[in-house]
Amino acid sequence: MIILEDVSKTYSTGAPALNNVSIHIEPGEFVFVVGDSGSGKSTMIKLLLRELTPSSGRIIVNNTDVGRLKHRQIPIYRRNIGVVFQDFRLLKDRNVYENVAFAQRVISVPNRQIRKNVPSVLSLVSLAEKYKSRPRQLSGGEQQRVAVARAIVNKPPILLADEPTGNLDPRTSWEIMKLLEQINRDGTTVLVVTHNREIVNAMRKRVITMKKGIILSDQKKGSYIDEG
Amino acid sequence: MGYTFRQGIKNILRNKVFSLATVATISACVFLFGLFYAVVINFQNIVRTAQSGVAVTVFFDEGIEDARIQEIGQEIGKRAEVSRIVFVSAQEAWDSFKDDYLGEYVDTFGDDNPLADCANYEIYMNDVSMQDSLVGYLQTIPGIREVHKSANVANALSNVNSLVAYVSLGIILILFCVSIFLISNTVAIGITVRREEIAIMKLIGATDFVVRAPFVYEGIILGIIGAGIPLALLYYLYDNLINYVLSRYSVLSSILVFVSADEIFYTLAPVAVIMGVGIGFLGSLFTVRRHLRV
Ligand SMILES: Nc1ncnc2c1ncn2[C@@H]1O[C@H](COP(=O)(O)OP(=O)(O)O)[C@@H](O)[C@H]1O
Ligand SMILES: [Mg+2]
Repeated sequence: MIILEDVSKTYSTGAPALNNVSIHIEPGEFVFVVGDSGSGKSTMIKLLLRELTPSSGRIIVNNTDVGRLKHRQIPIYRRNIGVVFQDFRLLKDRNVYENVAFAQRVISVPNRQIRKNVPSVLSLVSLAEKYKSRPRQLSGGEQQRVAVARAIVNKPPILLADEPTGNLDPRTSWEIMKLLEQINRDGTTVLVVTHNREIVNAMRKRVITMKKGIILSDQKKGSYIDEG
Repeated sequence: MGYTFRQGIKNILRNKVFSLATVATISACVFLFGLFYAVVINFQNIVRTAQSGVAVTVFFDEGIEDARIQEIGQEIGKRAEVSRIVFVSAQEAWDSFKDDYLGEYVDTFGDDNPLADCANYEIYMNDVSMQDSLVGYLQTIPGIREVHKSANVANALSNVNSLVAYVSLGIILILFCVSIFLISNTVAIGITVRREEIAIMKLIGATDFVVRAPFVYEGIILGIIGAGIPLALLYYLYDNLINYVLSRYSVLSSILVFVSADEIFYTLAPVAVIMGVGIGFLGSLFTVRRHLRV
């Protein structure tokens, strides 16, 4: 489903952010990516989203060679991937329903279908009753659940999360991780970048540890490694 | 289409001050264009009416033979400038003079024709601006005693008309540029305000079209409003003005032949709308291409 082959990425300034990284992720897997800040985790997410192109190496997602996509093919490619960020990135001038519907409107899903899909995905993230609220009327955890709903409403086969619990307290962090795990159980391949040691150690998933742009370790049912 | 269009309208409402300024400038541009167009069209109409009555008159040497007069007539008729040539005999000239100027005093002249030598050709032209070359030619024909030019009012009108057209073209061009500039600024501000939203749209997989369309719609809508307002205003003003002038100064109605409002707007309305939409489309597309390099 997701294959990185000897991927390197060097920004115009400084040392490589990713250095010969190879990863193989099967469909339906749940993967944690951990590592110090600056170790290249967000860079990897951006490469998968085709916000960046690798300096060398190949990235293959869903049988698509991501580096070779033509400009006009990028939007269609991105519809394969849902993404969630630490800072939620909701539209503050729109209510919960519209924030989720937005993801469908911009890819021209008919309104009739939007009216079916949005309530169903909102109830999946337990926000059915708050569909009229604005983001600022919601707690951090609720806002992140809206962001998750927006990421999965188009039913992408892949969900990426870049430190989704970075702004949340421990209890709410657990709620979000459980939600991501449930989405994974329903068939979506999930990749979560996180610093949350407690959750990583408790959930017993595959853990990829990165440091300074290289992969330090890649363990099935792994745990959070400090300074290896 | 539905979604991007609604977003375009939202952009306009969210950014009222700039939208208003943009509409106002486009309106000024279209208003002036319409105004000048109406003036130029009416000018042309007056010139054309005046031209159709303009003629060069030629008189013949004393005692010329009728056959020679006919020859001259045929020669003149061959000239490219000439649209129509009419022979007026001495008797006809006198009759027409009597009718026009003498009325009941005609008897004082008895049976004499004081205009015995006034047989002439009235020569009508295709275009008044050709008058000088025609007159030059006529003066070289043997048997012609005198050539009367008509007063050159029509020619002068023609010159004023093109001056008005050039000046207005210049002003409209300047306003056109200002309009494009303002549209561009309005759209650029909209893009800045929505940076974050645009970034999210792209991550979700919105095509360039969906990302850009709201801003282009915004420009086009502003353009249509900017054309519609001055058109309605011009129609109302023009219609009332000609009705007022014609009813108040009915004497003028024989000289000033106004083109009707409907006739003017038949051409003006579509041209103005295309202008407005064009300004809106170009201004926004240009900006979107520069600021939304996806
Ligand atoms: N846009 C950028 N330009 C230059 N260097 C960058 C840019 N983004 C990230 N980097 C550098 O690349 C390295 C990896 O960054 P990042 O992928 O954000 O790490 P992480 O998400 O693991 O904290 C860091 O050294 C960072 O300073
Ligand atoms: Mg990061």
